[in-house]
Amino acid sequence: MIKTDALIIGAGPTGLFTAHQLKLIGLDCEIVDNLDKIGGQCIELYPDKPIYDIPAVPECTGEELTNNLINQLKPFDIKFHLSERVDEVKKDGEKWIVKTNKGTSFTTPNVIIAGGVGSFEPRKFSVEGHEKFENKSILYSIKDKNIFKGKTVSIFGGGDSALDWAVELANNCNVNLIHRRDEFRGAQATVDKVHELTKSNKINLFTKFQLKKINGSSKIESIDIEDDNKKIKNLKTDYVLGFFGLIMQLGPIASWGLNIDKKTVEVDTEKFETNQKGIYAVGDICNYPGKLKLILSGFHEGALAARACFKLAKPNEKYRFEFTTSSKAIKKRLGVKSD
Amino acid sequence: MAKITYIEHNGTKHTLDVQNGLTVMEGAVQNNIPGIDADCGGGMACATCHVYVKEDWFDKINKKSEGEDDMIDQAYEPKKNSRLSCQIIVSDDLDGLVVDMPGKQT
Repeated sequence: MIKTDALIIGAGPTGLFTAHQLKLIGLDCEIVDNLDKIGGQCIELYPDKPIYDIPAVPECTGEELTNNLINQLKPFDIKFHLSERVDEVKKDGEKWIVKTNKGTSFTTPNVIIAGGVGSFEPRKFSVEGHEKFENKSILYSIKDKNIFKGKTVSIFGGGDSALDWAVELANNCNVNLIHRRDEFRGAQATVDKVHELTKSNKINLFTKFQLKKINGSSKIESIDIEDDNKKIKNLKTDYVLGFFGLIMQLGPIASWGLNIDKKTVEVDTEKFETNQKGIYAVGDICNYPGKLKLILSGFHEGALAARACFKLAKPNEKYRFEFTTSSKAIKKRLGVKSD
Repeated sequence: MAKITYIEHNGTKHTLDVQNGLTVMEGAVQNNIPGIDADCGGGMACATCHVYVKEDWFDKINKKSEGEDDMIDQAYEPKKNSRLSCQIIVSDDLDGLVVDMPGKQT
């Protein structure tokens, strides 16, 4: 069980800056995020899109903002638990016990939810009966490509993941690539490669088709795909892979006893605390009168929540407000020289 | 101003006046119409304001934005008449527009 002063859920800009604020005032923290990388929506949804409303930063991309925030955290040793989703938050006396889907558990007086619009999950197929094959012969990510060797694999999607895997698996599998339109959104070089492999019959390409039906009882035998004119084709297949990008789900947060309204968590505007003592919500996921879903609001909310954490993490000490320009204690934490 | 009808997947109809200049997405969200999530707030980054535009309207409204189809690839059950409602700007010409909402957004 990991002991920490505060656990942050979400490694987006708000979670990162909240960590900075906690460390600055002398508290420990660890961060959990369901994505495999730091940055949240900034990295997953718009790494290349310019942002124009970060104070004192006239223009930066989601990726640049993330890198700057990571740099700002450099003086501190912060443990990130990536590719882990917090599934359970339970009261234990004055503390909270937090458990992730990978079995990591924490004990902490403070839990700060900086979860954006929830956790990113792969978009799944919607056809009937897909659930029973999921994680067996219907997959949304690939851990071991060797299981496909010599098999027929039907790949759905038009982005880089779908195209990259189609090209890769064409080496030693029978690949069907199915996409809802003629254009692909993957990198041009990969798109060219797919067309080349289609010409040499290494990839069977079906555009303007979507999955209609899965046939088979204990294992998949074939799938029916349908085009815009309702024409149906039957394809024999062993595996079905779906690469439709990620969607955001509020997920387990909904079951932690918090006041939730339209996928957001109600907080006060002094501590950004929820209806549960020691659980805070900051950034896009919190809601209060006048809430703006801006990154800069998340920074402010995180700074205040961090101060509120101090009281529960160090009940016998008094929090003193200090500036980074003058405080010796803060400079020591930052590892910079005091005058 | 345009009268826009939003039809939920269960058939419930909501007809309301939406101000010119707003998007069809904003018209729904500001009036608490269920069925449109708009997680990214109109940035064309999430595909959770996905709607089906009635066929007779599809060619009359503004064409898809660059990159809109890339996002629709990632929507729930995309069809030929799929659009992201954050990319449809309301004007008097849209008076009478009808959009159907998908079974779900996420």
